[in-house]
Amino acid sequence: MGRIFDIKRYSVHDGPGIRTTVFLQGCPLNCAWCHNPESRPTGPVPAFRAERCLACELCTAVCLAEPPAGPREPWPVSCERCGRCVTVCPTDARELSGRDVDARDLLDLLERDRLHFEQSGGGVTLSGGEPLAQPAFLLALLAGCRARGLHTAVDTTGHADAELVAAVAELADLWLFDLKHPDPARHAALTGVDNALILRNLALVRRRGAEVWLRVPVVPGLTDQPAVLAETGRLARGLGIARIHLLPYHAAAAAKRGRFRLDAAGLDLRPPTDDHLQGLAGPLRDLGLDVHLGG
Amino acid sequence: MNERVARLRRESLDIPVTLDHERAVIVTRVYREHAGRLAVPVLRATALLELCRHKSLHIGDDELIVGERGPAPKCVGTYPEVTCHSLDDLDALDARPQNPYRVSDATRRAFAEEVIPYWRGRTLREDILARMEPSWRQLYRAGVFTEFMEQRAPGHTTLDGKFYTRGLAGLQADIDAALADLDPARPDYVARGDQLAAMRLSCDAVILLAERHADLADELAATASLDRASELRELARICRRVPRHAPGTFHEALQMYWFMHLGTILELNGWDAMNPGHLDRHLQPFYDRDLAAGRLDRERARELLGSFWVKFDHHPAPPKVGVTAQESSTYNDFTNLNLGGILPDGRDGTSELTYLMLEVMEEVHLLQPQGNLQLSQRSSDHVLKAALRVVSRGYGYPSIFNADSVVAQLLRQGKTLRDARDGGSSGCVETGAFGKEAYILTGYLNLPKLLELALNDGVDPRTQAPLGPRTEAAFASIDEVLDAFARQLRHALAVKHRGNQVIEQIYAARMPAPFLSVLIDDCIANGRDYNAGGARYNTSYIQAVGIGTITDSLSALEHHVFGGEVALAALLEALDADFAGQEVLRQRLWHRTPRWGNDDERADALMRRVFDLVVDAVEDLPNSRGGRYHVAMLPTTCHIYFGKVCGATPDGRRAGRPLSEGISPVQGADRHGPTAVVNSCARMDHERTGGTLLNLKVLPSLVATDEGLTKLAHLVRTYFRQGGHHVQFNVVDAATLREAQQRPEEHRDLIVRVAGYSDYFCDIGRELQDEIIARTAQGDL
Repeated sequence: MGRIFDIKRYSVHDGPGIRTTVFLQGCPLNCAWCHNPESRPTGPVPAFRAERCLACELCTAVCLAEPPAGPREPWPVSCERCGRCVTVCPTDARELSGRDVDARDLLDLLERDRLHFEQSGGGVTLSGGEPLAQPAFLLALLAGCRARGLHTAVDTTGHADAELVAAVAELADLWLFDLKHPDPARHAALTGVDNALILRNLALVRRRGAEVWLRVPVVPGLTDQPAVLAETGRLARGLGIARIHLLPYHAAAAAKRGRFRLDAAGLDLRPPTDDHLQGLAGPLRDLGLDVHLGG
Repeated sequence: MNERVARLRRESLDIPVTLDHERAVIVTRVYREHAGRLAVPVLRATALLELCRHKSLHIGDDELIVGERGPAPKCVGTYPEVTCHSLDDLDALDARPQNPYRVSDATRRAFAEEVIPYWRGRTLREDILARMEPSWRQLYRAGVFTEFMEQRAPGHTTLDGKFYTRGLAGLQADIDAALADLDPARPDYVARGDQLAAMRLSCDAVILLAERHADLADELAATASLDRASELRELARICRRVPRHAPGTFHEALQMYWFMHLGTILELNGWDAMNPGHLDRHLQPFYDRDLAAGRLDRERARELLGSFWVKFDHHPAPPKVGVTAQESSTYNDFTNLNLGGILPDGRDGTSELTYLMLEVMEEVHLLQPQGNLQLSQRSSDHVLKAALRVVSRGYGYPSIFNADSVVAQLLRQGKTLRDARDGGSSGCVETGAFGKEAYILTGYLNLPKLLELALNDGVDPRTQAPLGPRTEAAFASIDEVLDAFARQLRHALAVKHRGNQVIEQIYAARMPAPFLSVLIDDCIANGRDYNAGGARYNTSYIQAVGIGTITDSLSALEHHVFGGEVALAALLEALDADFAGQEVLRQRLWHRTPRWGNDDERADALMRRVFDLVVDAVEDLPNSRGGRYHVAMLPTTCHIYFGKVCGATPDGRRAGRPLSEGISPVQGADRHGPTAVVNSCARMDHERTGGTLLNLKVLPSLVATDEGLTKLAHLVRTYFRQGGHHVQFNVVDAATLREAQQRPEEHRDLIVRVAGYSDYFCDIGRELQDEIIARTAQGDL
């Protein structure tokens, strides 16, 4: 069993071809710009969309905890995430981010788009959250995909135990490896952990000859200085990485924070302009890197 | 696009559509003088001859291809011999906000004084409606089915390449040979003789029309600028050569086709105007020859094609009335060019002209003509991406067809391999053997309405009229519901079929189409009209509408009622009340039902059961022209009309709301992206149909890059690999559409895919606009 918060089919920005991306719940990093803030806790994380609520009170009727004060109220403090209210809600006004699924059932679902994968050179992307935060589940999925002949990509922060990284490297076909910031101190300030382990793991993965696409967030004012990108580029070249993706910050998280009642103050930034992105990409291309904008 | 084509295009956009009386008046005079004295086919050919002799001609300033059905571009005649518009109809057409046809005082006067007095009580439509049995009227009025032929003639027909090599003189020689072979001892000696004589005369009519254009071109040349004068003299030369003789050049070949088009749409108001079919393969020899001879280069060919393209846009559909106006409310007359495909000898049909025509389609992008790519296993990904690059511009075309599936359908229906490969798709998605088949759409069938009858003991809950057999509403399982549905289905089809048999025979007897018959094999050899079974193949189609809505409704019954969660009586009561006070139940049905389009076998299996019931029932039926019935799955705009006559449905759809369109999932019900949609759709056995229509709406970001287009190409290939028949894309974001609703004047050129055709978003009416916005936008989450 493992805990996931989403499955997206016809995923066209997370690796080659047409893919199905599975988002695993839970992440050890705490990036201020996180697009999926609900995925950070091990969960499940309750969500509520007031605009969908009919005030039918089906949820309060089945609640085992101290029920919400009223139908349009958010989740009770004593909520144990049993999910009964989610099951009865007729409009999906109540959701839980993070549901437990059986690896075999999930593999059966992934298999449904096999023809699309075969046609397009696509496959399965395991993302998060941080997929390496659920080691047994991740390895089971990777082994299952390999047994079934499905191409796999692991989209990771790289912040994980080295032995696990080595084990994953045996089973994954492609790494979508994030590097949030090349400087350890800045990395720690922005994400809550320094990047020493991440950089060691990246080197480890490369030593094993695995294919890596480096993914770098471009967050205005935080990670988008030309010198920072240049340092990341040199680092990539030093590790023999050929392909780098610049992922522009976007504001999707704002709506989610409301839905999930996440307290952490979010960033309120403007997404970088195309010109800015192109300006950052140029020097990286000059280093001989294959630069892609977006997934 | 060069300046000339840009000017022609702009003019066509700016000219308002008018309804004109000239055709009606000429035909009325012919009938007044000759009806009852001439054999019917000869009377029809005489009407065409008099039209070609007397109609006003128009040659536009920049035109390189000439000829109009009416006296001027966008000037639409009527066909009073089929349907005579009343003065009220004219007023309504003039005044309506969407797709109006302006009516002048002169036209009103001509109708009042000459046209209406003659035709009242004499039209084909009145004859048809008078001869329908009471149960037909009841089901028709209730919106269980529609009738295609009550005001437009049988059509949906597409031409092959024969006239490019024969010319009308060559076809007249065939007619003469058939006349010489007539055997006076045979009982049909006179009928065949009359038919063949009429066919011969109809060719003379169209040749005369061309010669009049030649004379006019010469006359205009006398006062034109030097450059234009030489163009006009060249046009005069061309119009004296074609259509009598086979064309020798690319320009002549285009003008040749255009006279075939004009002849058929002047003769009768057949559905879907006329269609050149595989235009790239027909024109390629002329293109190659002219290029080799140095008479033509690619840019000149592009200009000629641009001028040719605009001619289609000059010809809006003849104005419809009543239910037919609701099932197909558009100026579009559905010419659908076929590009690529498989050549009769089995080679890939993609040529240089395929690419050039895609470019012209992209730059001219008017409402008409539509186009499609016939994509086979033999087609390159390069041509598919070229087509998708045009798709990415958001005009809704070209649509993409699975040519291998089209061939398989035609083979299954009994065509030869060569005829199947020379066939393709016309109208929206209809499969046919081009130039050799009368494949006639006879009407839409409202599947959810039949389920509604099954759930209500055969009674229409809207009117309390008993419409079908009594099917007691005490169901214990989904099997029993499907049995009751099947009984309602077979009853409605039997009534529709009896009506169709009468209508086909009325057309055969009263409304032959001699010129069209010249162009469709083997009408000459058989000495029989296209409308009387003269073609090599004779198919009748019934188009089933609402497969998504009925599948989800059955799934809701299976899941919630037979799953023990909701009592059937309570659900029926809620449906009766249009879910008044039952919003929680409605939302549960809408959100908590396994639904079609999600790659969910629970729903998809129910779709297959309904589909098999429908196909089995329809294919049991023979038509009266020696052929059989088949099913096509397309709606045009009928899913809106059919939705209006349906009460609330068990899937949580409210009364009066649109049904699902084509084989697309219910609007907004597909939640797992386009791979899940096409996987569900591929569970339908497309080869048992004569065409299915799948609409996928994609947002611009998905097709903005070459990589995005490549992935969309893979999606198409994978759908077709699983047997899918057709897919088309609306590339537009919801914000743009809402903007266009607010400020239509700023978005007059916004074209969206509606059903098997595209239309101006601002012309399609609020309901359809809302529905298009509601269709799930795939991607961009």
